[in-house]
This record gives sequence, structure tokens and C-alpha cells, in this order.
Amino acid sequence: MAQGLTWTVEDADSMTQAEIYGEVLTQIGQQNEKVVALTADLAKSTKIGRFGEKIPERFYNFGIAEANMIAVASGMAETGLIPVVSTFATFASMRAAEFVRTDLCYQKRNVKIIATHSGTSFGTAGTTHHCIEDLSIMRTFPGMTVIAPADAYETARAVSAAIEMEGPVYIRIGRGFEPPLHKSMDFDFEIGKAIELREGTDVTVIATGVTVLHAVEAADRARQQGVSVRVLDMHTIKPLDVEAVVRAVQDTRRIITVEDHSTIGGLGTAVADAIAASGKGCAFAKLGYQDEYSIVGYPEDLLHIYKLDADGILETIGLVLKQDFEQDENWEDEI
Amino acid sequence: MLSNKERKFLEDTARRLRERIVEVTYSCGGTHIGGAMSQHELLIALYYKYLNIDPTNPRWPNRDRFVLSKGHGGIGHAVILADKGFFDTALLDDFNKTGSPFGMHLDWQTVPGVDVSTGSLGHGLPLALGMALGGRQQGLDYHVYCVMSDGELQEGSIWEAAMAASQFKVTNLTAFVDRNKFSLDGPTESIMALEPLDKKFEAFGWLVLSIDGHDFDQICEAVETAQAEKEKPVIIIADTIKGKGIDFMENQAAWHYAGVDAAMRDKALESIRKMK
Repeated sequence: MAQGLTWTVEDADSMTQAEIYGEVLTQIGQQNEKVVALTADLAKSTKIGRFGEKIPERFYNFGIAEANMIAVASGMAETGLIPVVSTFATFASMRAAEFVRTDLCYQKRNVKIIATHSGTSFGTAGTTHHCIEDLSIMRTFPGMTVIAPADAYETARAVSAAIEMEGPVYIRIGRGFEPPLHKSMDFDFEIGKAIELREGTDVTVIATGVTVLHAVEAADRARQQGVSVRVLDMHTIKPLDVEAVVRAVQDTRRIITVEDHSTIGGLGTAVADAIAASGKGCAFAKLGYQDEYSIVGYPEDLLHIYKLDADGILETIGLVLKQDFEQDENWEDEI
Repeated sequence: MLSNKERKFLEDTARRLRERIVEVTYSCGGTHIGGAMSQHELLIALYYKYLNIDPTNPRWPNRDRFVLSKGHGGIGHAVILADKGFFDTALLDDFNKTGSPFGMHLDWQTVPGVDVSTGSLGHGLPLALGMALGGRQQGLDYHVYCVMSDGELQEGSIWEAAMAASQFKVTNLTAFVDRNKFSLDGPTESIMALEPLDKKFEAFGWLVLSIDGHDFDQICEAVETAQAEKEKPVIIIADTIKGKGIDFMENQAAWHYAGVDAAMRDKALESIRKMK
């Protein structure tokens, strides 16, 4: 973790998720002159502009041209710089997808993408500015590390960890107004290791990104009804913490995944892959956008409508508890 | 201006390596020979007169960079890199074979001397721009050269990079267009017309130099003008002939990618040897 971060919990309360990452990135940039920041006319919206204010000589705005920006970042990385690129998730992951794949992943370039406004966090902007496909697409590229931090603190930790590792990284966050999950920066964060936020034995909710907070709320409400819910914050989609998934299957036998993303190809699919490969049976449900684009709405309303908030998760917990997934308690007949 | 000795050296080298391209095409079954021939003099001038590189240290941080944005011209690039000593020329016998370090489009991770992996058209100029900006950012004084095909100028990302190069006054970047007037399906002007190309680049803020792409005097004069230019990025539009040097291949889209049998190989070599 970067040293000498000077802001405090009090500052965090008044900073949005995006502002915190902007601040952390600036501080990392001040300590490491190889770090450069790039944006595509979204310096203010993505808060990478904070870096631009403090370190203008290492800040580049490429205008509304994402494909060029990604390839330029690749070229800069060839010369030994560490480019951090920020734009909206839909443009980073789809408009510039071939450039991410061919110029960053195939060529193993040390570029970090911070994709903001992911999922339906941009609510009333509508589908052209939503992104429910990015986890799926980015996962498919060999060599890409894919992270969906749960809150501002995790975003700061993720940005820091991403810059410390070698290779391309894709970090997707919301719009930046989501409430915090953690109380401070003081928690264990390691790329590829799920964080167990609640212990439990009846069912496991594996959540990522902005839905983690809702998963925790659902678990706490379920506990009051006598249901023991394990909550895993799976911030890293790739590499997935397969061990945590298999342990959850063995211990609880009921898995629900939640993501501000399509149910095709993202966290749910990655977890399903792991469950299937383990050869162990369990009940399984995926929460996300069920192969549909959302309506226009405030993001908190959308999470509720599409059952990604605590109410939706709790309802799904109830459904999964009623499911029969195998005849007996005998594990010997599993693969 | 080139001395007679310099010019002869470049022409002899060009001829010698054209023959090598034909030989590899024959032994591996097929290459992008048409475009390798049209780009040839541009690459020879850069590699044998201007590029500040070190074959014993392919990733030397302050080296000049070369981007073959028209990555399918890789066969022409590989032959030059071998001749310069970046790797053993015998390795070219495996060109395009399974497990070979050489595919049609050269990969920097497997071929020493290659700076970036190209092949998907429209990427090279942005990649080159990134390396030029990276050098300037770190106070390094190397130059970046980028050779594009004309067909690939139909890709929007080229124009994004062109705008940015002008915006950021990237004068340590010099681009070339191998204007051989053909792409796979036929003449560029029939498919998706590019003219007036010079006016397009001027409108994007570049200094445009138009030359005969097979004339070493004109190529060298243009490169030196580009190196001295301090205000705008420079693009050298090189009027070229697809298949140049091989009489039965010249100016035909069909020779974009093809193989030659022993008889054709011999005819091709004979044609090349007649070049000045």
C-alpha cells in the first residue's frame, strides 16, 4: 500500500468514491514519477482531473477518442511509464475493446484502466451510458486482471495494488456517490482474495462492487430471521478466489451471486464455472441484469427494481433456501 | 543530398534484400509480398541511414523506435532485422510455420528488434504516438518513425491519433504512408477514396511532404526535413508501386498476399536484378 496518504476518515466521509481514488492516485503519482494519467474528456467526471490539477505535466487529455487513448497508453508503457487511464466503463470496455485486447493484453503492457460509471450507476443517463457487459468482456482477455471494488476505500486499495503489480488491470467503479462499506483503509486487501464480511453456514452470498453493501444488509436482516448467511466480497473477478468459492459450496451448499452487471459472463458465470469444476452439487442463483437493459432511473431505484439491493437479495435467499439440490447429505457420490 | 556512394549502397542493399524476401516467400508458401515491395525503400532508408538502434541491445531505452503500422509488411521488416543482426537470418526459414517466432505480423515478444506488435490496421500510429510522448515525457531525445499503408487510413483511429499528434505538437514523430493505391479488394479510390490525402493531413495540422517512395534521394531529403521540423508532426506521403521490382506483380491487388513456385521465384529474382 502506498505510504504517506495524508487524508483521514473524516475526509473520506466528505469525498465521493471517485474523489477518493483521484486523491489516492494523485498521491501515488507524486511518489512515483513513472505514473501518468490519461482521460478522454472526462477529467472532471472521473475525478482523474485531481491528478491533473496537482501534476499537470504528467496529465494528458486526449479528447473524446478512447481507442487512440488506449493505444497511446500502450506505447507509453513501452517506454517504461505506468499509464492510468480513466473514462466511463462503456467506452473503456466496449468502444476501445479491441485496443484493450490487442494493445494492452496481447502485448502485456503495464496500463491500469479505471472505468467509472459502471453497471447502471449512471441511472438517468440511460443505456448508452450504462455498462453491464464489462466484467464479461474484460475477463475474456488473457492477462487482464479485473477488479470491482466495493467502495471508496477498496477503490483506493485496488488502485494502489494495481500500480504495484505488473500487467494490465481493469478496475470498475460506480459513479462515486455510493456509501462506504469499510470504516477506514485499515483492512486486508489482496488482489485475488475474497473478503469474508460475514460468517455463515446456511447460504453464501458472493457479491461484487456496489452490491456488496446490499449483500451485507441482506445478511444482517436474514440473521434476525434465524438464517445464517455468509457474505463474500469478491472484489477480484479475475483471478477469481476459487478456493473461497469451493469452501462456501462445501460449507453452505447454497450460493447466490450479485453484481451490477449482466448475469451473462460476469461474477455469476465465473462462480458457476468454479462450482461446476469442483464437481460438488449446490443450489445456485445469479442476481444481475437477466439479459436485459435497464429502464431509466435513479441508480438506487434500479438496484431495487432489478433485485440487486438488500430486498432483492433477501428475497432470493428465501427462494434458494427452499430449493432441493440433492437427495441426501452424502458427499461420497460427488466427483 | 546523397553521395553517389551512399545512393549505390542503399540501392544495392534494397535489391539484395528484395531477393531475400522472394526467397522466403518461396520457402514458406506465401507472404504479403506486394506490400513488402512497395514499402521497401522507405524501410531501407530508415534502417540503413537514419535509425539510431543497436542490434545487440534491442530494448535500449533511448533508441529510435520504428512502427510498421501496416503490420502485414512484416516479411519485409523481418528480412531487414535479420540483415542488421537482430537475429540469425536462418530463423526466417521458419517464417509462418507452426511454433515459429514469425507469423505474418511480427510480435515484439518473439522477434528482437520489433518495438510493438501490429497487424490490426489503425493501431500503429497511436502506438507510435504513445512512444513519442513517452520519450518526451522522460526527457529522452529519440525519434519515432511510423509506416502506414494507405488502406489503413480508412480506420478512424488513425485520425484520432493524427488530431492528438497535432494537438500535442509531437515533433519527435514522423509518419509515412506507403501510398501504393491498392488494398485487398482493389484500388483504394474505388473502394473508399482517400484523396485528397495531402489536404486531409494538412487540415489535421501536419506538415505534408509528397515524394516518390522508391527514390532514395527524395526519401532522405524528406526524412531530414522531418527531423528538423520543430512545429508540426510530419507525414511523408510516398507514392509507391505495389509489387515494385517484380514486373509481373506490379500494381495488382492479387499480389497482396501470394506464394511463388520455383519458376515464378526465378522470374522474380531476374526482374529484381535488373533494378538500378
